[in-house]
Amino acid sequence: MNNKVTNILLSGVGGQGAILASNILAHVFVQAGYDVKKSEVHGMAQRGGDVTTHFRYGAQVYSPLIKFREVDFLLAFELLEALRYINYCKDKAAIVINDQKILPPAVTLGFAEYPTDIPATFKKHFKDRVHVVKGQEIALGLGNAQAANVVLVGAFSKLIPEIGDQMWLNALTDLLPKKIRDLNVKAFQKGREAL
Amino acid sequence: MKKVLQGNEAIARGAWEAGVTVAAAYPGTPSSEILAEIAKYPEIDAEWSPNEKVAVEVAAGAAFAGTRAMACMKHVGMNVASDAFMTLSYAGVKGGLVVVVADDPFAHSSQNEQDSRNWARFAKVPMLEPGDAQECKDFTKVAFDISEQFDTPVLVKGTTRISHADSLVEEGERKASSMPLGLDRSEIPKHVMVPVNVRVARRVVEKRMRDLEAYADTFPANRMEINDPAVGVIAAGAAYMYAKEVFPQYSYLKLGMVWPLPKKLIADFFKKVKKVIVVEELDPFFETEIKALGYKIFHGKDLIPNIYELSPEIVERSLLGAKYKAPKIRADVDDIPKRPANMCPGCSHRALFYTLKKLGLYVFGDIGCYSLAAAPPLQAMHMNLCMGAGIGLAYGAGKALGAEAVGKVCAVIGDSTFLHAGIPPLMDTVYNKGYATTIILDNRITGMTGLQEHPGTGFTIKGEPANMIDYGQLVKALGVKHVSTVDPYNLKETFETVKTETERDEASVIITENGPCMLHRREKRRFPHPYYSIEVEKCTGCKTCLQLGCPAISWVGGEGVTKKGKKRKGIVSINRLQCPGCGVCAQVCKFESIVPGKA
Repeated sequence: MNNKVTNILLSGVGGQGAILASNILAHVFVQAGYDVKKSEVHGMAQRGGDVTTHFRYGAQVYSPLIKFREVDFLLAFELLEALRYINYCKDKAAIVINDQKILPPAVTLGFAEYPTDIPATFKKHFKDRVHVVKGQEIALGLGNAQAANVVLVGAFSKLIPEIGDQMWLNALTDLLPKKIRDLNVKAFQKGREAL
Repeated sequence: MKKVLQGNEAIARGAWEAGVTVAAAYPGTPSSEILAEIAKYPEIDAEWSPNEKVAVEVAAGAAFAGTRAMACMKHVGMNVASDAFMTLSYAGVKGGLVVVVADDPFAHSSQNEQDSRNWARFAKVPMLEPGDAQECKDFTKVAFDISEQFDTPVLVKGTTRISHADSLVEEGERKASSMPLGLDRSEIPKHVMVPVNVRVARRVVEKRMRDLEAYADTFPANRMEINDPAVGVIAAGAAYMYAKEVFPQYSYLKLGMVWPLPKKLIADFFKKVKKVIVVEELDPFFETEIKALGYKIFHGKDLIPNIYELSPEIVERSLLGAKYKAPKIRADVDDIPKRPANMCPGCSHRALFYTLKKLGLYVFGDIGCYSLAAAPPLQAMHMNLCMGAGIGLAYGAGKALGAEAVGKVCAVIGDSTFLHAGIPPLMDTVYNKGYATTIILDNRITGMTGLQEHPGTGFTIKGEPANMIDYGQLVKALGVKHVSTVDPYNLKETFETVKTETERDEASVIITENGPCMLHRREKRRFPHPYYSIEVEKCTGCKTCLQLGCPAISWVGGEGVTKKGKKRKGIVSINRLQCPGCGVCAQVCKFESIVPGKA
């Protein structure tokens, strides 16, 4: 284990399951022996607002917040919510984006345009380290759009080769109720294959 | 084995390990999870109190009777609790008493960003401030020992970034308090705060603070970390974590007890380092105190902002000044559409506020999800202040404006907020002959903070059935003669009722019925249709339905004509996945183009 702290920023819209995703990360990196910290703003988020979780792991983590420009991995559950944090990423950051648009009110009311071609904007800066995943489509293929978050986690897991499959699967087993476990294991594997 | 716990969960765990048997709170972000977690421990009698003052009184009664007790609240809750708290400082405790207060710098979910450390100085009680989940647990636990040792209530301060951050915690065992239970009749001088006893208590309090100052010098969580002696940083809580993150090379005096300050330790620190920088969130609390001790501070609030919450880059940028190199911006994202919080699709508040807007009323609002009615496109709440204030404000405005304003103003308040602080101002409105109409938005739960029970829901925090307030009877007992109910989803009926009641020159109350919170599973309202959809041929693109601000309705631009040949600039579309079928949009559509969808 090296001393460096790794920073993962999860961004999305309330209700997309970013909290479960960050709980899976916490479970995995604790198993791997790291110190972890994760921080999110609750409260009004479940009423359609944007949600971000700062997740950090390493030998010893101080700040619960990631410093501007220090994001190693951006795990975005929605396109616009990816773009909002483009400047937070390190030059060498890797990006996993769910190919889904959730229109903010200014757009649905017709006052603003939804930014176009967000993946291309990312590719300009982060080249082949940008991974666009059809999370919702894959999850719907498995019968439940709600599992898109775990598809994304599966895709992201490919970027951390030091963590074996089993640790991720342990996390799913420990954190999910039996009823939805198999679905999410499939979603995780499909996500892994997607990258 | 260490476990990942949220700061609030860790505080709950600390209370449990400390042997707490009674805990009370009123929910408020970022503190709400503490009591929700405590309620899971069978050994603890937990409750949602109607407000924070009651919570502190319940906990104080339990502590006087010899047990360890806790009360929890958000920062502004302390304003409500302060009447009890300020004098409790004089009366002392018997069993340990800890009050947790969670601040919300940047007001992520609050009406202000007051710095709760000021309460410790004001009330003359000690305050501990944890910096991560492990400290949340440890500090809560030790706070009970301090409380019993020094016969004082103890404050534990959280902030959003500590209360809502998860990190590793080593759990311990529960140890029951050794304090005997029982009430002591001989303690009248100590516990009856009449002037003659107060004057004695004042001396006790001053002596206690001097003893606590000495204790602070030995308190292990006030610790020095001497690295590079050129610069020493004094910090606590999240601010310490941010400073440590960006300036690991500096020396630190990390304060676990933020009041009273450890004077000897501070003196020692000033001897060990060349220059001292104070890094603290919000007020210059340490800075003012340390300067008053006669020390020279190299930097503090001259560089570090005293508003909003701090972050690693704010600390870095502020202290480096011109030397800070801002990273190059890749894309200008300041102008991309924001995603403000909104009422849920189908929320009964949306329908009610649409009606109030139609009536052209000036609306004195309150604290809750319905505060979101102030945002566009509804913009149908014109003032709010604090829990319960709307009713008094509406009545007071009526006093100033007289008959002029009859039919033009009303107060709106949620069910939980009404029970929290809305009863006295309503009593006043009736007693002193005000005429404002109060609308109680009864969504059957405390919504905004995440669905907590209250005395109007019929259930306790532990899910046990309980007495359920009858709002109609309650307000009649206060003397309100005109009490009516409305179904907020019925726009026409609600419009008529609100019009009639607001035009009266006597106080009245309207209670919304059958409008439970959309997230509240137990009391879900069943709508006749599963969803609504647009008949494209009829939609004229008039945008009236968009004025509801429903997340399920969106504008689709594109010129065209309706079936009747009317030109249009676009149409609206309803997202079937989001639409719960409340049917409010169908009522506002003048062209009958919004129709029930089929299952």
